[in-house]
Amino acid sequence: MISYTIRRILMLIPVLIGMSLITFSIIHLIPGNPAQTILGEQATPQAIEQLEEQLGLNEPYFVQYGNYMMGLAQGDLGTSLRTKGEISSEIWPFLAATIELTIFAMVFAIIVGVNAGIISAWKQNSIFDYASMLIALVGVSMPIFWLGLMEQWIFAQELGWLPAFGRGNPRDPVETVTHFYLVDSMINGRPDQIWTSFKHLILPGVALGTIPMAIIARMTRSSMLEVLRSDYIRTIEAKGARDLSVVYRHGFKNAVIPVLTVVGLQTGTLLGGAILTETIFSWPGVGRYVYEAIGNRDYPVIQSGIIVIATMFVFINLIVDLLYSYIDPRIKY
Amino acid sequence: MGMRKAWLLLLALVFVVGLAACGNNNEPVDAGENNDEVNAGNNDVEGANNNAEEANNDEANNDGNNTNNEANNETMAEDQTLIFARGGDSVSLDYASVTDGESSRVTQQIYESLLQFDEDSFEIGPGLAEDWDVEDDGLRFVFHLREGVTFHDGTDFNADAVKLNFERWANPDHEYHFADEGYAYSVYGTQFGGFEGDDGHVIEEINVLGDYEIEFVLRERLGSFLQNMGMSYFAITSPAAFEEYGSSINENPVGTGPFKFISWSKDDSIVLEKNEDYWQEGLPKLDSVIFQVIPDNSARLTALRSGEIDIMDGLNPDDVEAIEGEPGITMFERATNNIGYLGFNADKEPFDDPVLRRALNHAIDKESLIAVLYAGLAEPAKNIIPPLYLGYNDNIEPYEYDPELAQELLEEAGYGDGLEFDLWTMPVARPYMPDPQRAAEVMQANFADIGVTANIVSMEWATYLERTEQGEQDLFMLGWSGTNGDPDYFFGNLLHSDAIPGGNRNFYRNDEVDALLDQAKTSIDEEERAELYEQAQEIIHEDAPMIPLVHSIPVLAGNERVKNYVPHLSTSEPLTHVELAE
Repeated sequence: MISYTIRRILMLIPVLIGMSLITFSIIHLIPGNPAQTILGEQATPQAIEQLEEQLGLNEPYFVQYGNYMMGLAQGDLGTSLRTKGEISSEIWPFLAATIELTIFAMVFAIIVGVNAGIISAWKQNSIFDYASMLIALVGVSMPIFWLGLMEQWIFAQELGWLPAFGRGNPRDPVETVTHFYLVDSMINGRPDQIWTSFKHLILPGVALGTIPMAIIARMTRSSMLEVLRSDYIRTIEAKGARDLSVVYRHGFKNAVIPVLTVVGLQTGTLLGGAILTETIFSWPGVGRYVYEAIGNRDYPVIQSGIIVIATMFVFINLIVDLLYSYIDPRIKY
Repeated sequence: MGMRKAWLLLLALVFVVGLAACGNNNEPVDAGENNDEVNAGNNDVEGANNNAEEANNDEANNDGNNTNNEANNETMAEDQTLIFARGGDSVSLDYASVTDGESSRVTQQIYESLLQFDEDSFEIGPGLAEDWDVEDDGLRFVFHLREGVTFHDGTDFNADAVKLNFERWANPDHEYHFADEGYAYSVYGTQFGGFEGDDGHVIEEINVLGDYEIEFVLRERLGSFLQNMGMSYFAITSPAAFEEYGSSINENPVGTGPFKFISWSKDDSIVLEKNEDYWQEGLPKLDSVIFQVIPDNSARLTALRSGEIDIMDGLNPDDVEAIEGEPGITMFERATNNIGYLGFNADKEPFDDPVLRRALNHAIDKESLIAVLYAGLAEPAKNIIPPLYLGYNDNIEPYEYDPELAQELLEEAGYGDGLEFDLWTMPVARPYMPDPQRAAEVMQANFADIGVTANIVSMEWATYLERTEQGEQDLFMLGWSGTNGDPDYFFGNLLHSDAIPGGNRNFYRNDEVDALLDQAKTSIDEEERAELYEQAQEIIHEDAPMIPLVHSIPVLAGNERVKNYVPHLSTSEPLTHVELAE
């Protein structure tokens, strides 16, 4: 197990080199240069040329890549062309925002999705089954920005129950320590801010968690159906017990592996792909950080952002794989 | 899940990035994050007087009086915290090194320049300088600085501070120029003709005559010198702050303005607090100002309606009608300060023929363009400078929408049997062009009416700018916004032959126009300048190097409890007088 873990972590190195090379090539193949985008349509050609030189953009492509990788090898993620800030320190608040939102969304998706899936399988072909699978179908196909805007319209504008944007009350900002607002408000001993931060998580969390929820529900249902048809369940049934606790205890435990796979994949996807939700709910997360960098051709930010996201993705997959053997001891590495 | 799946997903991620890159920037009008708007910024004056004393004395007085008229008999709210929502974050709070409107929107609260524009016009008045003299026929300017002003860090504002700031921008070797850290001061270069050592650099020397007296000696006359001194790009930073923060001055702004910087959480909010020691007694009225980023235009409007924010910039043109008359919400209009145009590439046949260009001018129905795309919030354009600018020639007879006349002229030019060209369409929305794709379709239909086929062509924004600069286009859509209110900023950049390659993407060359523009640029006599620009506009109108489309009117929406908010012609303004009613 330990050697497997080490091997997997070592595998990260070629993955990251490959990632950075591909990302680097793609963003340099995209037409348009950072100096032009930074200075805009009203800049003089001289000013653009001067800035290019200052930013080292007139160096050959492979020299730029080499410089970047040299820095990366020393743990230096580089400096943003646009804000001139150190990316390693700049990226953390964004990453924390994304992780906090992702965790909330996934908790929501797992709780709702798993339970809906189990009950649907248990009561196959019941009204509940049809209803929840219909909701799941709608959930998978619903455009996330539409869902987000609807949520805002109903819960923020019409009902006024929940805030429409941001992570906290701008009039009473959370004093940041870890940049996880729930944690920070606990550290600061501010129960009111815990509540505020929680309220801010609800709408974006639900919007972001809807698709994973639907996928998890469907996966749980089909995996459960298979398990419920198996012999040992029939044996338990023959002993006269088929209440919900049996379904959960004996059934779900055996149906959990495929669900876990989906959870792992979805978590990884949310970490990097929450741009729409982050935009609609003004959530200052890493998706938006990278997206804006793309618009501005802020090469180092794009590269480092992608590398950080990719690393997290690989780690989540590793954790999921390790969980397999923990849950099902038959799986060995 | 195996490694293979993980690999595939990672690859997918990379391609998403690629795709996003191709499509980026397609944001609604001003999700301001795109700094591309040099102009956007600051203080712009529109136009008029660039000159000296006499003019400004009366004017300064007048405006002083009407700054604060409303709201005296209303109860003011206890919590004087204003939340200003916008589409994008500031790039940097070192105003001189960036050009985006979202940066200057914030730095205008923290910093001040030697001169200040009036709250609703481009007239200059006293700022950190109480008074000034123009000597040697416009080659020497002496500023008398305000005494007793302190920076937010408690140090004194004086002539040395002014000198240090200007030297910092002009001299690439200055210890606070921060060239190695990627700082560049492009607006300084544009406005003052380059940097120390460049041929065109107009500031020859800066002399401290006393603690509160400073002299600028120019190498040659610059008609817009005083206007420049009012720009927020040339505000004054505390020398002690440079010492303390070095190149991280962009995140630690220290100025003399009405509000002090408190904190900045990137892509989220910037918090400012009242400067209790502000030199203007009793101001500012607000206790704090929060600039909140809400990228999505609709979400921002929702936040306004739910009362979570007080003012928002960047309204979808389609929403304007919906909120007009909505209880609790007020609209604020900015006077127009830009031009959206359809340019011809005069270097390419057949667009080198003025007759053809005039024909196509008659083909465009600007009124319906305004009705469809701007929700009526624009004026049809006939000149390239906005109407309030110095030297705007109102006697020009616009090329009226007249398809028949257009067709006749087309025949005269030898294209009676039709003509086909590419119509280059901007990929991004701009204040002067809120929906370029639809605008292109409207114009395409207009051209089709006279038997001309326009093929809509679009590409990525940076590429668009590069290729139009190199002259690959036939017809192209673009615009320009004012920064210091000086007409030269439009004429010199868009139509002077010196601006090829550069802002003059029309490849318009007319020696007579060049001469008039040069003369106007170096004159400091306002009337003479106006006259020269008027003459130039006549020739330009005849030559028709472009189809001037519209001057758009940007609007903001706010909660009705916001009082005394007067949007400046440029994209931003200090919120010194703003307060919140109960």
